[in-house]
Parts: sequence; structure tokens; C-alpha cells
Amino acid sequence: MTVNGNKPKFAMYWAASCGGCEIAVLNIHEKILDVDANFDVVFWPVAMDAKYKDVEAMEDGSILLTLFNGGIRNDENEHIAKLLRRKSKILVAFGSCANEGCIPGLANLSDSREIVSTAFNTISTDNPKQIYPMISYDVPEGEIHIPKILPVLKTLDQVVDVDYYMPGCPPESHQIAAVIDLVVQVLQGKAELPPKGTVIGAGNSTVCDECKRARNIKMVKSFKRIWGVEVDPELCLLEQGIPCNGIATRSGCNARCPTAGAQCIGCYGPAEGVIDYGARLISAFASVIDSNDPEEIDRILDGIVDPTGQFYRFNLAGSLLKAGKPAWEKA
Amino acid sequence: MNNNETFDPVIIGFTCNWCSYRAADLAGTSRTKYPHNIRLIRLMCSGRLDPTFVFKALANGADGVMITGCHPGECHYLEQNYKALRRFHLLRRTLKGLGVEPERVKLVWASAAEGKKFATEVGSFVEEIRALGPLNWYRSNGRSPDDSGPTSHEPAPDLKEVPA
Ligand code: SF4
Ligand code: SF4
Ligand code: FES
Repeated sequence: MTVNGNKPKFAMYWAASCGGCEIAVLNIHEKILDVDANFDVVFWPVAMDAKYKDVEAMEDGSILLTLFNGGIRNDENEHIAKLLRRKSKILVAFGSCANEGCIPGLANLSDSREIVSTAFNTISTDNPKQIYPMISYDVPEGEIHIPKILPVLKTLDQVVDVDYYMPGCPPESHQIAAVIDLVVQVLQGKAELPPKGTVIGAGNSTVCDECKRARNIKMVKSFKRIWGVEVDPELCLLEQGIPCNGIATRSGCNARCPTAGAQCIGCYGPAEGVIDYGARLISAFASVIDSNDPEEIDRILDGIVDPTGQFYRFNLAGSLLKAGKPAWEKA
Repeated sequence: MNNNETFDPVIIGFTCNWCSYRAADLAGTSRTKYPHNIRLIRLMCSGRLDPTFVFKALANGADGVMITGCHPGECHYLEQNYKALRRFHLLRRTLKGLGVEPERVKLVWASAAEGKKFATEVGSFVEEIRALGPLNWYRSNGRSPDDSGPTSHEPAPDLKEVPA
């Protein structure tokens, strides 16, 4: 990495995430050289050694572009989110976790104490002395701290102001490459930034819109899990009774999953205009059920084994309710 | 945990312009008393009931939501009340998965002539919710849906129903 004081500064951070977003960025192959050629990478824990105090020492607003992935699960995540917000001109919520909570956000179904106890005290954990992490601890060298878990995981924009949203679990590499291209063009004065709040690196339509499967009339007499049936390779999955979330999900992935023979589980988040992802799917699935009889409707719905997981796998923290009751009561 | 005697539930009621809204009106004009706890919102049809409305009501402080519509077979838009019925079933299952008592959402059919029935249903629903206790979802500490920044990626469209 060349250090050139004149190049705009770039940062990337991971909060509560799996690391897949970082891999997706590296997956843009030689485009990553454009990042290096055009930016001075000042902070990117997965790729380089940098300390929080280095970031703290930077001038406010001195980082041009920060890609922030991961949800806000503990007070360290929250601190760094606020710090990077202060130091960055453009803060991008990068990937599903930062946008809407994603899989880490599913922990919002449970009381955070239960989460800690599951991690340190279940049958699969070898912890005979019942040792639990302590927030602060005295050692001869002084007091040491570890981050404190928050009662619910929050999305980035529930904590700080966000300039752009880039969805996906993880964002598709071709979309990342396109966004980097755009930023480089902006730097060269050849393009302009979209208005603040724009969703970038994705489409404005739904996964269904990009899906090539044939559609007729959807009349579902039973919902099935995909491993239990022989899937027609040409026909819309929802029409076959396989709960596919494409109808509520933002386009941008070229309908990867239905193209490959699996249902969309919603990793690109709510489509344009959708306020609550689960609510949109409840409407959609209710519409395709071919019955007006309460008992039969109930039987058909038994086929959706875990509606909460089906509708909020990625979007729980970003939904209107944001959490399940056990977690919210403590929040 | 809560004192259910002093707890005054907040209930949002969605009514259909052609039936239950008129039932509520009839209850009013015939001076049938029912609890003040319900705030009615008129839709053109129960089929207009987007589950988003229910989540929004609960997230913003409602303790219960009553969805009302024309009797089966009597919807003015053919089968939309059946659609409401199916949404209602799926919505309840989803709430259950979230640990929220599904009984906080109720579906009631009431024709324009059933002012009494409407009043009775409201009365018993208020008691059911009182027994469940407050939901307490709304947070004023910056974490309520309205205070904590956008939950969707664009300015929320106005959810209010345009009066008929
Ligand atoms: S529901 Fe799924 S399979 Fe059907 S059109 Fe939409 S994305 Fe394709
Ligand atoms: S089809 Fe759905 S789950 Fe699959 S990559 Fe696209 S948005 Fe994600
Ligand atoms: S018109 Fe009343 S429920 Fe449809």
C-alpha cells in the first residue's frame, strides 16, 4: 500500500458479522487494486494492523469513505460506529447485518442473558467451573475490560446517521465492483454521488422481477419444505408451494437462489417501499393460499414451520418490532 | 408485574367502511355503550389491512389490535375478507414466534346492522387485553420506530387511510 497524503482515505470495519462481507470485498479480484490505487487505506482490521487510537487521533471527517459491516451487538461496536461516523464523510451500511441485523439479529428473539448462558453453559460447552466473562477484571497490570453485550442488536442506522445502504448477505461482488467504480468516477469528477439515503449496489425492484421461472396463477394448497419435494426446474417455486421470499426482497443478486433451484430467503432485504419485510410476506403468502375455510387455512399454514424465521431471518432487527418479546422486555 | 385494575389498554380497531364502521356508528347513534379504549381507523375493506399496520400499532404503544370486516360472503370487494382472514392467521403465528401473545390481535366480523355485537366484542376484547397486561413496546429512549432512524430505506410513505 502506498502512503500518499493526497489520496482520499478509506476505512472498513466489522462489528457483529461473520466476515463474509470482507471476503466479498476481496472477491472483487483485481478491482481491489483500484481501491489501493485511489485510496489510502487507513483502517481495516481484517486486512491491516491499525489501532482504535489511530482512528481517534484522525481529524473529524478526514476519512472519505467507510464501509461498515456488522450489526451493533455490544458497546464496543456502538463506540466504533460513533467514532467512524465522526471521522467519515461517507458512511455506508455495508451488508445485511449493518442494514437490518441479519443472522446476528435473530438473537433479538432471546434475552441476552440467555444468549450468554447458552454460549458458556450448555451441554456442548466444556465449562466445569462455570466461568463467565466479566465486563471488567483486576489483574496486576491494572483493570481490563471486555465489551458489554447490549440487550438487543441494533442496525447501524439505529445508532448513527448513515449516508448509503448497501444490502446483501454478503453484497454480490459485481455490485461491490460497480460501487467502487462509481466512487472512483466521482473522485475523477466524472460522476456524481446519489442522494443521501440511497440504496446502492442493488436494484429497485424485487427478486421475482429478475427471476426467470415461469409464473401462472398461484393457488397453494400446501406449503412444503424444499428438501421434501421434487422441484420443477422451470416453474415458480412459490407456485409449487415452496415458501420463496422473492416477492418482498430487493433485486440485485440476479435471482441467484431460485436460478440455482433454491428458494430466496431474503438476503437482499426489503424491496423498495417495503416498510416491514415480514408484513409484506405475510400479505403475499396469505394471498396465494387457495382456501377460505379457517380450519383448512390453518392446516395449510402448518406447512410454514417457522413463520418468524421465514419472514425475519435477515430483517428482525430492522423490522418494526425489532425484536421478540423476551429480548425487548429487557431493552 | 402490572396492576391490571388500573391498566387502561390502548386498542387500535380497523374497521371496514361498509360494515363494521357502520356497526360502530350504529352503536353510537343507538347509544350503546362500549369502552373508550378502542381507537377506530376506517379502511375501505378488511382486505386493505396490511399487516404492517398491525406491527406499527403494536410497536407504537397499542396493547391490542382488532381487525373487523364484513361477514364471510358479504365483502363488497368479493373475497377480500377471506384474504384478511388468511393474513390474520399467519400474522398470529408470526407474533407467537416473536413471543408476543397472539391473542393481542383479534378478528371480528360485524355487519352494518350489528351495532350491539360490535359493542360487545369491543367490551370483551378490552377485558381480554386487560388480562394479558400492557405490551409496553414503545420506547421513548430513541429506540422507538419513529425516533431511531429509518427502518426501511426510504422515507416511510404515509400509512394513513384516506377517508372515504
Ligand atoms: S417467488 Fe421465487 S421462484 Fe417465484 S418468481 Fe419469485 S423469486 Fe422466482
Ligand atoms: S435469491 Fe434471495 S437469498 Fe438468494 S442471493 Fe438473492 S436475495 Fe439473497
Ligand atoms: S367490504 Fe367489508 S370486508 Fe370487504
